[in-house]
Amino acid sequence: MGSYLVRRFLLMALTLFGMSILIFVMLRLVPGDIADILVDAAGIADPKEKAKIAKELGLDRPIIEQYGQWIGGLTRGDLGFAYVSERPAIEEIAPRIPISAKLTLMALFFSVILGVPFGVISAVRQNTTLDYFLRVLSLSGLSLPSFWLGLLVLMASVHWFGTIPIYTNEPRGFLQEVGLLAIPAAVVGFRSSALIMRLTRSSMLEVMRQDYIRTARSKGASNTSVNYDHALRNALLPVVTIIGIEAAFLVGGLIVTETVFNIPGVARFLVEAIRWRDYPIVQNLVMLIAFVVVTVNFLVDMAYMVLDPRIKYAD
Amino acid sequence: MAIIDHEAELHRAGANITGLRSQLVFTARRYPLGAIGAIIVLTFVFTAVFANFIAPFDPTSTDSKSSLARPGSVFWLGADFMGRDMFSRIVYGARISLAVGLGATLTGGILGVSIGLMSGYLGGGFDLLMQRLMDIMQSLPLLVMALVMAAALGPSLENTIIAIAIPLVPSVARVVRSSTLSLREQPFVEAARAVGMGELRIAVRHVLPNTLAPLIVLGTAQLGSAILVEASLSFLGLGIPEPYPSWGRMLSESAAEYVRTAPWLVIFPGVAISMTVFGTNLLGDALRDILDPRQRS
Repeated sequence: MGSYLVRRFLLMALTLFGMSILIFVMLRLVPGDIADILVDAAGIADPKEKAKIAKELGLDRPIIEQYGQWIGGLTRGDLGFAYVSERPAIEEIAPRIPISAKLTLMALFFSVILGVPFGVISAVRQNTTLDYFLRVLSLSGLSLPSFWLGLLVLMASVHWFGTIPIYTNEPRGFLQEVGLLAIPAAVVGFRSSALIMRLTRSSMLEVMRQDYIRTARSKGASNTSVNYDHALRNALLPVVTIIGIEAAFLVGGLIVTETVFNIPGVARFLVEAIRWRDYPIVQNLVMLIAFVVVTVNFLVDMAYMVLDPRIKYAD
Repeated sequence: MAIIDHEAELHRAGANITGLRSQLVFTARRYPLGAIGAIIVLTFVFTAVFANFIAPFDPTSTDSKSSLARPGSVFWLGADFMGRDMFSRIVYGARISLAVGLGATLTGGILGVSIGLMSGYLGGGFDLLMQRLMDIMQSLPLLVMALVMAAALGPSLENTIIAIAIPLVPSVARVVRSSTLSLREQPFVEAARAVGMGELRIAVRHVLPNTLAPLIVLGTAQLGSAILVEASLSFLGLGIPEPYPSWGRMLSESAAEYVRTAPWLVIFPGVAISMTVFGTNLLGDALRDILDPRQRS
């Protein structure tokens, strides 16, 4: 187990290192840098002025030197300065993390609460009208773009309540924050709940064909006991994987949803930073997302061992 | 004792069906949801191909007098703030979605198949290197990766296709690699080698065709994802540039401002995206049931 963990940590570090090179090189391919944007915005066409801005921001130095400075700073917890706001990048990023984290957790909660029970019901009532309805519902969850769903929710709320529930000021208190985040979380979570439902259904169907389920039934165990105690527990393993993967990948859904609902989270900030070519922000945010993804993948693998004692990671 | 009526059973399984038409009817009855999906996808492809015959107006021609016209007999689905006919724009938008969806899925598929086949077949250092590269690419969600790539490449139709295709590569490569790993130990590969066939020919002629079933299933799912990602990128202003009518950008243009005053600008492009992706998902599920019986739901 010990050497498995060491190998695993090394692999995670390698992946993150590779991602840091990939993102750094990709951003330097972008046609036009922040100096161009600032010069254009100020209406200055003087190349000297542009060169001065590029020098101030360190964009004139060799790319390897720029990379070394970024990675060196990152290991010390120094994320550099944001080009646009000229404030330390950490001060820009840190306050946005809790907002996106809360939104992700709520979306995940929503998707599990809906996805797992509906998946079980759909499997237990296979090929009934209810099953067909739930399957079509889950497929539509995978088909609706979340930004459109968000826009529809906004439209409906304008129509019925006359207001738009978007994030304008800092919410006062826990309840108001939950109220503001609940709708966007449901919008993001709808897609994940569809995925979780489909997987729970197919996993349940596979387990319910096993001999031990027949044995349990022949011993006179009740339907509820067979479905939930015997079948669901064993069907949950692949479901846990998808919940874990979704937890990390919900960030993709957050990008558009935070934009629609005007939520000042990490994902919307990434889009803004990309538009402004604010390299320090984009690089660090991408690394943050990649870090969350590899960490969650690792945690999911560890959760396997707890859920299924037959799984042991060999040294 | 149960009596099995062999004739009836054979009839039920479609053994006596001849001719393309009756085969299609039989398959459609057996997979009704898949048939609906196929009809939606065919309608989408038909609309995209024949857009210039179907659309009553030029999708880019503006007319200030018809700005924000309500849906009616002239503008069936209304007009946008520049007076452009929404129906024509949605019809032409199908072309963009089809071009990006197919382009990205095929490009990602060809790259993924090449990498996966070589990885599984060659093994060793190449495989190790490619697997780590795939790990790196999979450490970002599809949309985030596509977003960064789209920004790096700049807005254009071709660049949007590439930006979506690259993040699709790892899953194709992984599927092909794992199939190749098990296939290369099979007796028929050994037999091909024994009769003196070259390794490249074995890989392409014998191993590759056997990985096709899961690939088609994955490809259909990726087609839906690619259409959704294109819509999201264009919605964020980092996808298809003007003057192409993209469904995603139609929503970004109309989003906040017209939610109250012109809801048709928000509803119809979204319906187009959702219906198309819904169709590909239904078709994908049916194809999985037909081609990959182990995963049958």
